[in-house]
Amino acid sequence: MAKIIVMTSGKGGVGKTTSAAAFATGFALRGHKTVVIDFDIGLRNLDLIMGCERRVVFDFVNVINNEAKLHQALIKDKRVDGLSVLPASQTRDKDALTKDGVEKVLDELRRDFDFIVCDSPAGIERGALLALYFADEAIIVTNPEVSSVRDSDRILGMLGARSRRAEQNLEPVRENLLLTRYDPARVAKGDMLTVDDVLEILAIPLLGVVPESQAVLRASNIGMPVILDSKSNAGMAYADAVARFLGEQVEYRFMQPERRGFMDRLFGRTA
Amino acid sequence: MDDQAQSAVASPVGALVHETHQSVPVAGTKEQTQPGLTAVPNGGAEAAMPFQFRGSGFTMMVLRILDPDDSSFFAKLDEKVRQAPNFFKNAPLVLDFESLAPDRCLHLSTFVRRLRAFGLFPIGVHGGTPLLRDTALTLGLPPFPAGRAAKMDAEAPASAPPAQPPTPAPPTPPMIISEPIRSGRQVYARHTDLIVLSSVSPGAEVLADGSIHIYGPLRGRALAGLTGTPSARIFCMSLEAEMVSIAGLYRVNEDIDPDVFKKPAQILLEDGYLTMKVMPQAVGPTA
Repeated sequence: MAKIIVMTSGKGGVGKTTSAAAFATGFALRGHKTVVIDFDIGLRNLDLIMGCERRVVFDFVNVINNEAKLHQALIKDKRVDGLSVLPASQTRDKDALTKDGVEKVLDELRRDFDFIVCDSPAGIERGALLALYFADEAIIVTNPEVSSVRDSDRILGMLGARSRRAEQNLEPVRENLLLTRYDPARVAKGDMLTVDDVLEILAIPLLGVVPESQAVLRASNIGMPVILDSKSNAGMAYADAVARFLGEQVEYRFMQPERRGFMDRLFGRTA
Repeated sequence: MDDQAQSAVASPVGALVHETHQSVPVAGTKEQTQPGLTAVPNGGAEAAMPFQFRGSGFTMMVLRILDPDDSSFFAKLDEKVRQAPNFFKNAPLVLDFESLAPDRCLHLSTFVRRLRAFGLFPIGVHGGTPLLRDTALTLGLPPFPAGRAAKMDAEAPASAPPAQPPTPAPPTPPMIISEPIRSGRQVYARHTDLIVLSSVSPGAEVLADGSIHIYGPLRGRALAGLTGTPSARIFCMSLEAEMVSIAGLYRVNEDIDPDVFKKPAQILLEDGYLTMKVMPQAVGPTA
């Protein structure tokens, strides 16, 4: 049975799309057929991060409106087998999404895929609500700062009240915390919330901590999910988190300030 | 659940704001204009007045009149009253004519006199035609605004006696929430206590007509004794609240004494003041 995973946060700019791309790619690398859907209608970004922006013909809204078949809109990734992208429409707005339409598309995807990753838009409006509505699991992407934590808390409340599982009194959506843009050096200085601070407020299981890394921006700009940059800290942290999501025991890394080597200090290099 | 709770709660919250601000003109003082402090009562100024206006809510029996022309009306009423004579003795009663067809005429003064003979005390009316309400007023029965009827009489058949079984009201069970109350959520325990087994997040709001017990940190807002019950209290395992309020008196986070901040605490009204106290240390293996 396919699993629907929503990548959500409430707040914008915390790394939802980066994480959705990384997780979807991570699942596919491990042999699970995966599709990642961009729910951010009107602010299409996922195709850029996945590096398939020049191959978009039809999109999610076209499929909902029966203007295209699902297989026409799905874009197969060229680097990783079993990975597909369903892009958002750039010319429409979020009202183009309907609950019935989204359900129809998800039901069709369920037949062919093991994992369906829904990349939620920021906010708590229609697009975000529909992205989380059908979810079986949620990955809450949070930055170690107070406003992000509060917005994540709000989204957790929505998952508990407004999702399909909540409305139909099914087993609740499984919640996972992914802490991104974590800078252990700034945490040590007291500029940033610690992992424990965040866990104390949100009180959900920790899936992973992704360190702040220049590799993320670099990967975004060349249209490559950062998990494919297996030498970068961020790439390794995402790979760890994917493994944990799939039930493996993996030790947490990148949570302590790095001891920088002589050469690094000399040349001012960072991760 | 989220939205339902919000709409249900709109009026009590209104009452809170209303009451806090109302107390100032009634007491005839212009002191305490500082917003954070208006809520703390000024015993001295109020004591100078020989009276006080206070809004308050009472649970009242409502007699819904469905068919006053039923020949067995009073016989059936008599039967009901006999089942629990003490319960009905001098019981204040609001007569509800809402369900009465407008073309039905009723000799109100006779009707009321016969009710009094049962020891019932009609004190007001609800619904009915304007004519009926005018008549009621001349009999000293003012119109009552719509109340919130208990659910039990909702399906009473037209022929059934309108008064409800006079069993003493069972204690209202508390509302128990076992999951964390997240930011943006509002939970209201109407007519009862609220028990939260987990935390209350910043940006969340918990309200109760009774007391509030939180077996976790309180980081959001908690308003107890919402309908004006001064004996209501708030208990929490760690007091980090954005705001706490009892019976309309409130304190915001800034006003929380550093000695109780982040400690297990209770908040209560003492001599009319909102007081926060660290809970006595529990004696036990964990101490």
